[in-house]
Amino acid sequence: MHDLKTITALGGAEPRIDTFPHITISENDSLALASVAARLGSEVECNKHMQAILGSVPAPGQAVLREPESGFWMGPDQWMIEAPKETHELLADDLKARFAGCASVTEQSGAWVCFDLAGPGMADVTERLCAVPIRKMQTGEARRTIIHQLGCFVVRRTGADHLRIIGPRASAGTLHHALITAAHSTA
Amino acid sequence: MTQKNRIESGGQIDRSQTHSFTFDGKSYQGHPGDTLASALLANGVRLMGRSFKYHRPRGPLTAGSEEPNALVELRDGARQEPNTRATTTELFDGLVAKSQNRLGSLKFDLLSINDRLSNFLTAGFYYKTFMWPAAFWEKLYEPVIRHAAGLGSLSLKDDPDVYDKGFLHCDLLIIGAGPAGLAAALTAGRAGCDVILADEDFRMGGRLNSETFSLGDASGADWAKAVVAELESLPNVRVMARTTVIGAFDHGIYGAVERVSDHMHTPDTGKPRQILWRIYTKRTVLAAGATERPIAFENNDRPGIMLASALRSYANRFSVTADNCVAIFTNNDDGHRTAADLHAKGIKIAAVVDVRSDAPRNYDYEVLEGQVVDTKGRLGLTFAEVKLANGTMRTLECGALGLSGGWNPNVHLTCHQRGRPIWNEALSAFVPGDHLPAGMTVAGAASGEMSTAGALQSGVQAAQDALDLNDEAPALPQAEDAPVNLKPFWYVEGCSRAWLDQQNDVTVKDVKLSHQEGFRSVEHLKRYTTLGMATDQGKTSNMGGLAIMAELAGKTIPEVGTTIFRPPYTPTAIGVFGGRHRGQDFHPKRLTPSHRWAEEQGAVFVEVGNWMRAQWFPRAGETTWRESVDREVLATRGSVGVCDVTTLGKVDVQGTDAAEFLNKIYCNGFAKLDVGKTRYGLMLREDGIAKDDGTAARLAEDHFVVTTTTANALPVYRHMEFVRQCLFPDMDVQLISTTEAWAQYAVAGPNSRKVLEKIVDQDISNEAFPFMACANITVCGGLRARLFRISFSGELAYEIAVPTAYGDALIRKIMEAGAEYDITPYGTEALGVMRIEKGHAAGNELNGTTTAQNLGMGRMVSKKKDSIGSILSEREGLNRDDDLRQVGIKPVDAGASVPAGAHLMSLTGPIDATHDQGYVTSACYSPCLGHAIALGFLKDGSQRLGERMRLVSPLTKVETEVEIVSPHFIDPEGGRLRA
Amino acid sequence: MIIEHPLLGPRDAAEFTYLGDARLIDRPDWQSETAAKDFFEYGYLRDNPAGWHQELWFHEAGDRSWLVITRNTITHEISKVELARDVARSRGRSK
Repeated sequence: MHDLKTITALGGAEPRIDTFPHITISENDSLALASVAARLGSEVECNKHMQAILGSVPAPGQAVLREPESGFWMGPDQWMIEAPKETHELLADDLKARFAGCASVTEQSGAWVCFDLAGPGMADVTERLCAVPIRKMQTGEARRTIIHQLGCFVVRRTGADHLRIIGPRASAGTLHHALITAAHSTA
Repeated sequence: MTQKNRIESGGQIDRSQTHSFTFDGKSYQGHPGDTLASALLANGVRLMGRSFKYHRPRGPLTAGSEEPNALVELRDGARQEPNTRATTTELFDGLVAKSQNRLGSLKFDLLSINDRLSNFLTAGFYYKTFMWPAAFWEKLYEPVIRHAAGLGSLSLKDDPDVYDKGFLHCDLLIIGAGPAGLAAALTAGRAGCDVILADEDFRMGGRLNSETFSLGDASGADWAKAVVAELESLPNVRVMARTTVIGAFDHGIYGAVERVSDHMHTPDTGKPRQILWRIYTKRTVLAAGATERPIAFENNDRPGIMLASALRSYANRFSVTADNCVAIFTNNDDGHRTAADLHAKGIKIAAVVDVRSDAPRNYDYEVLEGQVVDTKGRLGLTFAEVKLANGTMRTLECGALGLSGGWNPNVHLTCHQRGRPIWNEALSAFVPGDHLPAGMTVAGAASGEMSTAGALQSGVQAAQDALDLNDEAPALPQAEDAPVNLKPFWYVEGCSRAWLDQQNDVTVKDVKLSHQEGFRSVEHLKRYTTLGMATDQGKTSNMGGLAIMAELAGKTIPEVGTTIFRPPYTPTAIGVFGGRHRGQDFHPKRLTPSHRWAEEQGAVFVEVGNWMRAQWFPRAGETTWRESVDREVLATRGSVGVCDVTTLGKVDVQGTDAAEFLNKIYCNGFAKLDVGKTRYGLMLREDGIAKDDGTAARLAEDHFVVTTTTANALPVYRHMEFVRQCLFPDMDVQLISTTEAWAQYAVAGPNSRKVLEKIVDQDISNEAFPFMACANITVCGGLRARLFRISFSGELAYEIAVPTAYGDALIRKIMEAGAEYDITPYGTEALGVMRIEKGHAAGNELNGTTTAQNLGMGRMVSKKKDSIGSILSEREGLNRDDDLRQVGIKPVDAGASVPAGAHLMSLTGPIDATHDQGYVTSACYSPCLGHAIALGFLKDGSQRLGERMRLVSPLTKVETEVEIVSPHFIDPEGGRLRA
Repeated sequence: MIIEHPLLGPRDAAEFTYLGDARLIDRPDWQSETAAKDFFEYGYLRDNPAGWHQELWFHEAGDRSWLVITRNTITHEISKVELARDVARSRGRSK
């Protein structure tokens, strides 16, 4: 077993949590991520595996929120799978084995930073960040959008006022700054 | 005496509280609910500014956002804001304002001499006068004009405020919260639709706040208040006061500026001053109301002369009168309404002068048939001269004169998508045309529906039509329903110094002159006279100009037509367009996985494609960057160095056709690349010019990892998706960017293998892992990783990658493992030096003008397969024998420098563009060779090695004798790479 | 502008990157006798109409689909949005 320790996207040993009266912004460092893209001609088979893992195949603009794995649609015949890092450190390898040549699987764990927004001010904060119609967004909707010039996925999770923002990891600091600024603006 | 012109009671001001403020250093008092203009008028101050060109004394013309005159410098210090309209500035305690556009004091403006010179300062004056001699323009005319003209002044300090951007979505956007807007909001809101109701004013209600007539049992203002309260209680309605919709854009997108903190002394901590909202709406009701227009006559611009509706607003809403004796000059019934309201408040009406013979006369004050032909009063109105219909003259003593020339519907937003308004004869005004922005309906006065009852009804109708509602309409209160009675009348005959555009000082005479000089198009008139080009965009002046132009040209007003209405509707601070993207937040920063560690080492960072990369790592005692860079290069070539190369773009290419796909995007072949091997690839544009380069590592039969240059990561990915989706849609290939998924370090130098052997779990001997090998491996006893034996430096080198979260741990591990070999971290400068020494092309060489042939890689372009750019790379013009070739360059005198960008000329020929032989693309000092070296392009360069030339940089006045050499300064045979 | 994405519904044009004439899909045959001329025309001779035009847009801040959008360049009216991959196939492109 190796002895290399990870740091969070924001560079800390522990994930960061910022609490405001109307919203809590938590860095979520617990996700393993992998993308799955159906091979041409293997779409049906790929969907079967996807269904086996998630219960159903996320449609365009949608997520399937399940434990331990959840997933959302990224593009035509392409999805992102999320799972707890603690139990799924080798998510990409596992998926590769499961999909067995009917899908291209790519490890994405390191590519993203995840922030969970929760609280009654979630919609107000989101309105200052991106063009997602947040007040109409239903649990289980997922879309890619732009936040402070960064391409991010925005997933409406279960639970009141819970929004997950998944953005490019190298710009975690910029994204965090944008979220905190919007939280102050709307406090 | 304080607030001497404040009317005893009434109005929508809070008399229980007092706000103190200063204007030109003098203290005054007003109340919450006042604007700066209403508070100044209450204090008897009519003179608020000087005009732009003639420095004429001016007071407010209006009580709203259409104001041309009462512009002030608001606030002080860094927050000083010029050209702020006093008529819309909400009064707050501690407000500081200054008059602007004056030299000396407001009352004794030294530049008012311009007014006496007015015969010379007519339309086109600048064009005609300051033409010759040309040299005088920059040195003399412009500075003088700039000093004298212009509006307010900037603080020249950084704006201390912040601005937000935001995004809103709705079914129905209602612009304007007057009777029509409120009725529409009530209709849609009660039906459960998502509604945004925006109004530029701080008090919703529009004209209802300025009128005395009632709606049902309540006053207009109280009815509005009750409706707003109901709307605010509805969860599906967003009521936005202080919010100006500034533009109607494509497909139901609107721009709106919300002034969050402008009514406060300073914004609350963390709060924006303003927010620029981007509103996405399915349908829109424009209920922007109408703007009254003045009538032009001699000296019609004195303080105290204002729109009749403004006098009414000041009296009814703000409980202020501009003077205790007021006259009215009107061509329609609405002017009489002002007289009646003011009269009812005990203000003396000197007379109502009506141009019509059939004017209503059932009032308690004198109504005169005639015209106001001139006025008197140096710093404010004292007398109005009236020419009666019977030809006799009469002088009225008055301190205020209300003008009513009819109302113009505010059609601006209906025209932001190429729409043109159409003429309405009954109103003598333009109303919205048929070609409205998609989804827009117009209601109320903006649509030409001038009565209150009509406005309410049209608001309900507009909302129902827009949303296809069948619900019962809200019961509407009984309201005023007077018809429009108006006789078109624009200006008094024979007048010349009669102001049309008060802000830009354009008179009737100027319009006549421009006609005389041949300007026939309304667009030309506008630009020649500057009519309507000031910050108010001619809201009160354009119609007068058009009417005069029509008359002079013998056309009708609609034949003359309007100029084009463009966003923004009212002046908008530049800051709000920038939002938070300012200074450090101008664009996102990207940090490498070793960033925190590099900071600990004291690295100096440089921004590369938003990435913050370590440029070099200074050590104690090093005084220049060169010392650090030279040390890093020598240490790497002498033993081992490490550099974060995560920033290179990485694309995961998978699928059974992955190799065939790479064959398409790279000009060289990839189909036969063995699994476990890496190959350099050159990507061309379809026109045959080099696009990007990188490596492709084949991790499995159907899996490649492709790298791009740092700067081109995104465009190359886009291009690859284009090739995949648009050109070869049936290839089984899947792409995804993995740039940030992996932390990747280059470990280079003769001892690099020894260092990595301590980390990597597998055998990486030269036999097991030769040059250009690649593999999925594990490190440190089990962490998944990737290893590539590739080299940018020309040394024995590897690139090792781990999932990004482990990047910080890995760099520390590498440093620990390399300690015994004095492993040296190096930055982008040393990286650059080593690649120039090795003769590797980079961005400077792949500069968008160079071909594979230029780069000395012409033979790489495979003719046996189809690839992007291969056909056009064969064009004759790109394949001349004497074409540019990449060469190395070194100075003959080892001490001389070689500037990048310098051009190569023959030793004896002339130095000019015709004799240009080539140029330097990359240059540096080579610590290994002890002199400057460079890469460049030279005509027929590969045949000219050993030749001496002159390197010339006329810009930096450098001329150096150089020798053309091979671009491979170090280890040309490549022995080190394979060691 | 709002682009009606065939899979995702209305999206702000700000999420897209513009390329130009959708004729770029019709890349010539490299083995044709007239390949040099064909590629020259493909690369350089494109229409730039004031009016209806088929254009390529990339949903960069979205699902990474290339789209063929039929748009009036004067009014910005959009009459049709298709996945470029489908259009390419319908025009006979394969691998």
